[in-house]
Amino acid sequence: MSRIAFRLAVNGEVREVFAEPRKLLSDVLREDLRLTGTHVGCEHGVCGACTVLVDGKPSRACLIFAIQMQGREITTVEGLTPDEGLSPLQQALHEEHGLQCGFCTPGIITTFEAYLRENPDPSEDEIREVLAGNLCRCTGYGNIVRGVKKAARMLRDGAAQ
Amino acid sequence: MKPAKFEYHAPETLDEALILAAQYGDDARIIAGGQSLVPMMNLRLAQPDHIIDINHIEGLSYIRPDSGSIEIGAVTRHHQIEYSSELMQLCPPLPMAARNIGHYALRERGTIGGSLALADPAAELPLMAMLLDAGIVAQSAAGKRTIPARDFFISVFTTSLEPGEIVAAIRFRALAHREGWGFRWLARRSGDYAVVNAAATLMLDGAGKVGRIAMALGGVGSTPIRLASLEQSASGLAPAGGWAGEIAAEAAAQVEPESDKHASAVYRKELIEVLLCQALEDALARAQRQSAA
Repeated sequence: MSRIAFRLAVNGEVREVFAEPRKLLSDVLREDLRLTGTHVGCEHGVCGACTVLVDGKPSRACLIFAIQMQGREITTVEGLTPDEGLSPLQQALHEEHGLQCGFCTPGIITTFEAYLRENPDPSEDEIREVLAGNLCRCTGYGNIVRGVKKAARMLRDGAAQ
Repeated sequence: MKPAKFEYHAPETLDEALILAAQYGDDARIIAGGQSLVPMMNLRLAQPDHIIDINHIEGLSYIRPDSGSIEIGAVTRHHQIEYSSELMQLCPPLPMAARNIGHYALRERGTIGGSLALADPAAELPLMAMLLDAGIVAQSAAGKRTIPARDFFISVFTTSLEPGEIVAAIRFRALAHREGWGFRWLARRSGDYAVVNAAATLMLDGAGKVGRIAMALGGVGSTPIRLASLEQSASGLAPAGGWAGEIAAEAAAQVEPESDKHASAVYRKELIEVLLCQALEDALARAQRQSAA
């Protein structure tokens, strides 16, 4: 066991980590930094539940070694949640019943936080194409798509004010 | 589902990386996007002793047009290729191929150098490398060489890269102004590797006949392939009636795909016929549009 000390910038804070190089970012976030909002599903990049933002871009935390992230800015679902209340995307998913068990939700929120910045007015097909990277076993996706559409509208309206 | 232990190296220059690669040879794996390597490590299908991370090296991520060709740095992400306005103009099949890789988050991290070095026989960018006569720029501590795509892909997950060599860049030819192209695939689910994919480029000569033509197939063998002899016989044809279907049927007759858990050989032959026909028709339609413009 050869653990190494290094620093990670997570949700705007610099955190000290002491972990083996083989430790996945998803595990360091959950076990070492106690940020359990990042969920671990398949552990090989298929399900999308562990998606976080690396320098603002969505990335599977289970396909990154934490030690690779020195000098990068990591944002988890905790970092996307306001101190009080919910973000527009969280609020819209809540209103449209875009979750049941909620296991996949953090990955969907991180993914679409990035995507709606890139494409603020996506069509339903475009939303479904992006959502194909996040498995949800409860909802059948319809309400998630509606939630994302609503969030996009809320964000556009907010930006217009 | 946790990777085996390894020693981690994060060189900040390519020279440093090449020294490490020379030192550790087959015991080391290069990590760029890690979107295929890390799943294999998590599943313990890969257990390298050393990981050389090339993400911290400056200057390996770029899209640089040169006269008649485009050089793309090895650590350029699929997402950058997908949205590159230069590539959409100079080599539109590449953004189209990149858009089709995996999912959004995977494309934000996965790299072109990684995709080629992995050499999955059904992957999009290896297919494009074959179609567009790419040169893979491989660097080692001993120097630099450019490997033509046709000599690069040896078998499933096997390339002609030597231990100690790192893919530094890939050079594609730019399409000519009047050159059309087509890319068709069938995958069982969005984001999956294709069962079969087919791509073509085509130019019409002054008489409206098929001039320069290129055709490539993926998912039909241990590497993506070019249909060189069919290209020769297709050149000079009048592209009318069932011309594309005839060429595609001939391709299906020539190629000997294998059966596996994804599809039978017979089904793959049917896919070759349908997808190559569509790719050729797309290429012709684009070539005609360009000629009319």
